[in-house]
Amino acid sequence: MSATNAITRPTLSPASIAIAAGVGSLTVGMVVALWALVASVVGGMVTVLPLGQALLVGLALGAVIGAFRERRDTPLVIAVGAGLVVALVWLLVSGFRPLGLEAVEPVWGVAYAFIALAVAGQLVRYGLRDFDLRRPRRDVLERVIVRLLRGFGFSFFAVIILFPFWYMLSASLKGRAAMLRDPANLAIEFHLGVRQLLVGYREVLFTFDFLNFIGNSALVAFVTMVVTLVMAVLGAYAVTRLAFPGRTFLSRSILLIYMFPAIVLVIPLYAVFTQLGLRNTLPGLLIVYPATTIPVALYMLRSYFQTLPKDLEEAGLIDGCTRAQVIWRITLPLSMPAMASVGLYVFMIAWNEFLFAFMFLDNPAIFTLPRGMVMLDSQEVPRQYLMAGAMIITLPIMLLFFWFEKYLVGGLTAGGVKG
Amino acid sequence: MAVRRMTLEAREARLAYWMLAPTFAVILLIVLFPVLLNVWLSFKPVTLADLRAPVPVANERVMQQPEDAGDELVLRLTMRNGSQRITLFGVDWQKTLPAGLTLTTVEPRCEQDGRTVACAFGDWEGGYRETLELTFVADAAYLEAGSPDVREAPTDMRAQAENIITSFVFTLDNYRRVLTGTDFWPSLRITLVYTFFSSVGSILLGLFAAQLLNSRFRGQGMLRGLFLFPYVAPVIAVAFVWAFFLDPFSGTVNALGQRWDLLAGPVNFLGQRSIELSLFGLSFAFPLALASVVAFSSWNYFPFAFLFILARLQAVPVDMYEAADVDGAGPFAQFWYITLPNLAGILAVLFLLRFMFLINKFEDIFLLTGGAAGTKNLPVLIYDEAFARSDIGAGSAVAMVLFLVLLIFMFFYYRFAPENE
Repeated sequence: MSATNAITRPTLSPASIAIAAGVGSLTVGMVVALWALVASVVGGMVTVLPLGQALLVGLALGAVIGAFRERRDTPLVIAVGAGLVVALVWLLVSGFRPLGLEAVEPVWGVAYAFIALAVAGQLVRYGLRDFDLRRPRRDVLERVIVRLLRGFGFSFFAVIILFPFWYMLSASLKGRAAMLRDPANLAIEFHLGVRQLLVGYREVLFTFDFLNFIGNSALVAFVTMVVTLVMAVLGAYAVTRLAFPGRTFLSRSILLIYMFPAIVLVIPLYAVFTQLGLRNTLPGLLIVYPATTIPVALYMLRSYFQTLPKDLEEAGLIDGCTRAQVIWRITLPLSMPAMASVGLYVFMIAWNEFLFAFMFLDNPAIFTLPRGMVMLDSQEVPRQYLMAGAMIITLPIMLLFFWFEKYLVGGLTAGGVKG
Repeated sequence: MAVRRMTLEAREARLAYWMLAPTFAVILLIVLFPVLLNVWLSFKPVTLADLRAPVPVANERVMQQPEDAGDELVLRLTMRNGSQRITLFGVDWQKTLPAGLTLTTVEPRCEQDGRTVACAFGDWEGGYRETLELTFVADAAYLEAGSPDVREAPTDMRAQAENIITSFVFTLDNYRRVLTGTDFWPSLRITLVYTFFSSVGSILLGLFAAQLLNSRFRGQGMLRGLFLFPYVAPVIAVAFVWAFFLDPFSGTVNALGQRWDLLAGPVNFLGQRSIELSLFGLSFAFPLALASVVAFSSWNYFPFAFLFILARLQAVPVDMYEAADVDGAGPFAQFWYITLPNLAGILAVLFLLRFMFLINKFEDIFLLTGGAAGTKNLPVLIYDEAFARSDIGAGSAVAMVLFLVLLIFMFFYYRFAPENE
C-alpha cells in the first residue's frame, strides 16, 4: 500500500491497471460461474465451468476498462463495448462455447455470451467507479476489495438462500426418472402440462391426507397462538405494571425458562402423557405448545409494555376504570403491533414444531404437517411427493411472513430467541 | 393512611399473582415438573414398555364342547403377567357364563355364584405364567340355548400394578451404563464441536449478511425479508431439501460438482464419516458428515444473528465513520476499530444464545443423518437410548448430563447478558 501511495504522477500507473485487471478477472469469473449455475439449475442446460478461461478473459476486460478512464469513471459505451469485443474474441477462440455450454447453440449461445460479458463489463466499470486511478489513494485497493466482497456476498447469499427453495419447488414438480436422468437439471418442465406437473401435490394432498394435516396444523397453531397471547398479556402486564414481591427475579427468569431444552422435557412428558392417556391426542399437544411459547411471548410483550407510557393507564384508573377495563380499552389497543408480531411468531413456532409432534402423535387422523412429513419419508414414497409436502408446509408460513414481514421482523428482534 | 397503603399494595400484589397464575401453572406443570421428573427417572430402571401399566393376560380355549346334557365343557386359561418385571397385585378373573353350566373343578381360588365364576389369583410376579383348566357340567338349558361359545361370554380381568414411575426403586445403573458406554464420550465431543462451529458459522454468516444490508437502498426491506427465509422455513422441509440435493447419486451438488470438475467422484456428504484431505502436503481426516450438518445449521440460523447484528449496526453513530474517514482510515480499519468494538457485546450474547440453543438441537442432525457417520450429538443419543433402545432411564441420564452442561452456560448468560439486549 505504501508503494501505491508513493506513486503520485498523473499518468496511469501499472498498479492501477493491475487493480483494474484483478477486478475484471474476479468479476468475470463470478459472472460466468453464476451464469453456469443459473443456466444449469434454472435453464436446464448442460454446462461446464470454464473458470480458468473466464479469469483470463476478465483480466483483459479489466485492463481495457481501467485504461480508458474519463475523470473517475469509464464511459458506459467503452465498458459495454469492451465486454462485447471480449465476448466475440472468446466466442471465436472457444469455438462458440465461451460460457461453458457443452452443446454448441449457434443463436442463443452467442446471445448469452454477449449479454453476459456486456453485463460483466458494466459490473467492472461499476466496481471501479469514483476511484481516481491516476492518483490512487492508499485505500483504493481496500475499497475495491470491499466492493468485490459485496458483489461476492450478494451472489453468495442469493445462491445459498434461493437455491434450496428453488430445489424444493423444482423437485416437487419433477418425476423420479427425470431427476435421476440429470440431477443438475432443475428446470421446470412446463411442456408436461399442469396436471402432470402437479401430480405430487395431488397425491400428497389427497392420497396421503395432507389436506387433513393442514387443518390439524392450522388448528394447533391457532389455538396455541390464542392461548399464549391471552396468558402472556396477563403475565406481561403484571410484570410491567404491578408491584409485587419477586417481580425482578421473575422478570429475569422468564427467558431462562424458555431455554429449558425440549429434548430434556420430552422423555418425562412422554412418560406422564402416556400414563394419562394424553400422548396420542391433539389436546396433549395443545398443552405442551403454549408452555413452550408463553415464556418468550411474555418476554417480548414485557419489552413492549415497558415502552408504553403509564400516564394513560393511570388516567383511566383515576377515571374509575377497573384494571380489566384498563387492559382491554387502553393497553391492548395500544399494543396491537406487538400483539401481531408475537402472535405471528408463536404461530410460526407451533406450525413448524417437529419434536413433540413426532414423539407424541401415532394416529394419522391427528397428524400435524411436520409429523405427516416424517410419514412420507420412506423408501416407497417418491421424493417428488416429499418435496411437494415440503412446499405445502413451507408455503403458508412464507406467505404469512411476506404479508406481515414488518411485524415478524419486529417480533424476531424483540425476543427473537427461537431455538 | 399507612394501613390503607399497605392494603393497596397487598391488593396489587394479589392481582399480579392472579394474573401470573396461569403462566405459573403451565410452566410448573410442563417445564419445571418434567425437569424434576427427568432427574427422578434417570435413577430408575424404566423401559418404554413400563410406561403402559402392565396388565394380566388370559387366553381362553375350549378344549372340550358338550354334546349331550351331562357332558363336560373344558375351558383352558393360558394366563401370564404382561410385564416381565412388574408384580401384579390381586389378580381377579371373572366370567358371566351362559345359563346351564356348573363348575366342577376343585379349585380353591375359584368359585361359582349363580352364573358368575370368579377366580382370585392373588399376586403375580413379573413374567409369571399359569395354565388352568376349568371343567363345567352342561345341562339341557345350555344345549337348548344352542351351546353358546363360552369364550364370547363377558369376561373381566383386573389387577393392581405397582407404577414403576412412582415406586421407590432406584438404581445408578443408568448413569453407569451411559457413562461407560461406547457412545457417550464421542457424543459429548461431537456435541461440543457441532455446537461451537455452528454457532460461530451462523454468527459469521450473519455478520457478513448484516454488513451487506447495512446501507439504505431500494429493496433493502425486501432483501432483509429474503435473508430470513432459512430461519422461518420449517426445519423439517429444508432438512429434507438439503439431504436430497447433497445425495451422492441423485443430488444436484454432486452432479454439478462432477460436471464442473470440482469433485473427482460422488461425495456422500451426509453419510461419510471422514474424508482424507491434503493441504500443503499435510493430509488429515476431515469429518465430512459433521461438517455438513454444521453447514446446515449455520445456514439455518444465520438470519437470527443477522437480525441482531443489523439492528446493532444501525445504532452505531454515523459520525464515528465520518470522523474515521477524515482521519484517513480505510474500510478495513473502520471495520476493525469501529464496527467490531461496537458489536462485541451483541456478538458475545449471540454466541451464548446460539450455543445454548444448538447444544440441545435435535431435529437438524436427526433429520439429516439420523446420527450416523459420526454426527450423533447428545440430543440424538437421548432419543436413541430412550426410544430406539426403549431405555427411558438411560435416556433420562443422558438428558441430565446435557442439562447440567446447559446450566453452566445459563449461569454465564444470566450473569453477563445485559438486562435488555
